[in-house]
Amino acid sequence: MSGGFGRLRGLLRKETLQIWRDPSALAIAFVLPTVLLLMFGYGVSLDARNVRLALVVQHPDAATAGFTAGFAQSPFFRPRRFATIQDAEAAMSADEVQGIVWLQSDFGRLVEAGGAAPIGVIVNGVDANDARLIEGYVQQVWSSWLGAQAALAGTKPPMPLSVQPQVRFNPAVSSRNYLVPGLIAMIMTLTGALLTALVIAREWERGTMEAVMVTPVTVRELLLAKLLPYFALGMGGMAGSVAIAVFLFGVPLVGSLWVLTATSALFLLAALGMGLLISSFARNQFVAGQIAIITTFLPAFILSGFVFDINSMPQAVQFITHIVAARYFVAIQQSVFLAGDVWSVILPNAAALALMAVVFLGLARAIARKRLD
Amino acid sequence: MLQQVLALIVKELLAVLRDAKSRMVLIGPPLVQLLVFGYGATFDLTHVKMAIYDQDPGAASRDLVARFAGSPSFQVVADLHSAQPIDALIDSRQVALVLVIDRRFTRDLLTHRPAPVQVIVDGRNSNTALLIEGYANAILTDFSLAWSAAHGDPPPPALLDLRARFNPTLNSHWFIVPGIVALLTQVVTLLVVGLSVAREREAGTFDQLLVTPLRQVDILLGKGLPGVLIGLLEASVSIGAAVWWFSVPLRGSLPALYFGLTLFVIAVTGIGLMISSLAVTQQQALLGAFLFMVPSIILSGFATPIANMPFWMQTLTLINPLRYFLVIVRGVFLQGAGLSMLAQQFWPMAVIGLISLAAAGWLFRKRVA
Repeated sequence: MSGGFGRLRGLLRKETLQIWRDPSALAIAFVLPTVLLLMFGYGVSLDARNVRLALVVQHPDAATAGFTAGFAQSPFFRPRRFATIQDAEAAMSADEVQGIVWLQSDFGRLVEAGGAAPIGVIVNGVDANDARLIEGYVQQVWSSWLGAQAALAGTKPPMPLSVQPQVRFNPAVSSRNYLVPGLIAMIMTLTGALLTALVIAREWERGTMEAVMVTPVTVRELLLAKLLPYFALGMGGMAGSVAIAVFLFGVPLVGSLWVLTATSALFLLAALGMGLLISSFARNQFVAGQIAIITTFLPAFILSGFVFDINSMPQAVQFITHIVAARYFVAIQQSVFLAGDVWSVILPNAAALALMAVVFLGLARAIARKRLD
Repeated sequence: MLQQVLALIVKELLAVLRDAKSRMVLIGPPLVQLLVFGYGATFDLTHVKMAIYDQDPGAASRDLVARFAGSPSFQVVADLHSAQPIDALIDSRQVALVLVIDRRFTRDLLTHRPAPVQVIVDGRNSNTALLIEGYANAILTDFSLAWSAAHGDPPPPALLDLRARFNPTLNSHWFIVPGIVALLTQVVTLLVVGLSVAREREAGTFDQLLVTPLRQVDILLGKGLPGVLIGLLEASVSIGAAVWWFSVPLRGSLPALYFGLTLFVIAVTGIGLMISSLAVTQQQALLGAFLFMVPSIILSGFATPIANMPFWMQTLTLINPLRYFLVIVRGVFLQGAGLSMLAQQFWPMAVIGLISLAAAGWLFRKRVA
C-alpha cells in the first residue's frame, strides 16, 4: 500500500509540475473566472433603466402635461418628444426608441369630461422580455398618475384595491444579485471541464499513456493524480469568484460559507469528472476540445435556470435539464447567497451533484480501464 | 496554385469530417441543441406555481381567486388557511407567488375603502419576480376595472391601450430562436477552426506546410474556407428549422440575411484562426476559444440587452461580431429589414474579419521565427 501511495505522490508531483510549466492551466483556474466574472458582473443586467421612450402629445394642455411629467420623473425612462406618431414609429423601426406613448388630441377633453381617455402605448416587441418590463413600468407611471389625479380632485381612488407588493430575498429586485451567483456556477462549469478535458487525451496523443501502462500504476491512481491538482486549482478559482461577488459586487451572502464550500466541492468534482470523461472518451485533444466547447457552455448557459426559468420550459426540456450539473449548483448558489441555508433546496440538489460526480468519475474510470486492458 | 489551395481545403475538410467522433460532434449536438434550446429558452412564464391565502369570507375575493386560478400564467398549488406556511413555501421554492387577501376585502370594496391585497414574490430570480408581479398586477387591474364598472363607479380618467410592434403577442421564442441560430453558427465555426492550426503546430505538420510553395494567403484560405463553408451550412439548417419548425416569421430579405451571415462567419473564422495560431498547444487554443466565445455570447445582447450595460461595456461590445449579427437576424426575421437598413451592421463585421484574418496570416510566420 505504501508503494501505491508513493506512486500516487510521484504522479501528483508530475501533474503539478506540468500545470506549473504550461501557464494555460493556471490561466484557466484564475484568470478565466476573474475576467469573466468582472465582465459579466458589470455587463449582464436584465434591469431596464433609461428606457428610450417617445412621447407624442398631439394637443398639449394641463392634463397631458400632468401625465407626461410622470415619465420625466421616473428613473426608468428617458423620454423624447416627437411631433407626430409617424416620426415616432420611424424612430422605433430604427431602434432609436424602445417604446411610444401617444396622447391623442382629445385626451385632455376626455379626462375632464367622463374619463376612459385612451393612452396609446406601443412597445418594440422584438425583445419580448424587455417589452414586458417596459409595459410594467408604463403601468406604474399610469397608476401613480391615477392616484395623484384622484387626490387632486378629492375623489376616491379610481382603483378599489390597495396592492402591497413584497419581493422576498431581493427587495430591490436587482438582477445582478441573482445573476452573479448563477454566473459563478457557469464559470466554474467551464473551468472544471476545461481543466481536465484535455489531460488524458493529451497523454494518449503523445503516446505517454502507453508508457504509463507498462508501469504498476493503476487506473484509480492515474485518475486521482489527474483529479486532485485540478480540484485544488478549481477550489482556488471558486474562492476568488466568491470574494469578487461579495466584496466587489456587494451580493449579500446570507447563508453560511461552509455550505457554499461543501457544495462547491461537490459541484467541482462533477465538473472535473465530466472533463475527465470527455478526455478518456475522445482520446485525441482536438475532438476532446470540440466536445468540451459544445457540451459545457451553452447547456450550462441556457438550461441551468441561470437566465431562463426552468419551470417555464416544456416538460421534455425540463427533463433534459436534469443532466446539466450547473442546474443544481445554480439553485444552491441562488439560495445560499440570497435566502440562506434553505435545507429543502440544498440537500436534494447537493445529492444530485454527488450522484453526478460519482457517475462521471466512475464512467471515466471504466472507459480508461477498458482502454488500458 | 488554385489547385493546391483546393487540395488544402479538401484536406482540411477531410481532417475534420473523416474522424467519426469529430463528425458526430459537428453534426449531432448542434442540431439537438437547436431543438432543446429553441423550446427551453423562454422568458414567457406559464403555470407559475402560487399559493392563495384567502381570509375573506365574501364573494368579491372568490371572484379574484377565480381570476388567478383561471389564468394560464398561474397554477394554484396551495390553498392556505393560515399565514404560517407562507415562508416555508417560498423558501423551498414550492411556490413563486403568494396572494394574501385580507379579511376586510369584500367589506372594504363595498364601503369604498381601498381593499388590501398582498402580493409576495420570490425575488431570487429578479427577472421572473418582475414578470410575476406584472402578470399579477394585470389580473388585479382587470378585477378593479370590472368591479368599478359593475358597481356604477365612473371609469378612471384614462386607460392604457398596450400594443407591441413586430411581435404582437410578445412571444419570447421569436426573440430567442433567431438568437440561437446566431449562437450555434458561431460555435460550430469555432469548432472547425479554433483548434486547427494549434493541432498542426503541436504535431509539427504546420512547419511542413509553411515550407511548401503555398503563400500565406493560400494557407489562410485553406484553413479558413472549411470553417466558412461548415458555418454557412449549419446556419442554413438552423434558419430552416427556425422558419419551418419553430414558425418564427421571416419577414425581411433573405439576401440581406445571407450577406450578413457570410460576413459574420468570415469574422468568426478570422478570430478562430487568430486564436489558433497564437496558441502553442491545443490546451491554450481551447482556452483562447472559450475566452472569446463565452464573453462574446454573454455580451452580445442574446439574452440580456446591451442597452442595460454600463457605457464602457457597451463600447467594448463594438468589437464583438455576434452583436451585429444578432441585430441582423432579428431585424430580418421580425422587423422585415433589408440590405439598406442593416448597412450599419455590415461594415463593422467586415472590418473585424479583415483585421483578424490579417493577424492570423501574420501569426502563421511570426510563430516560426
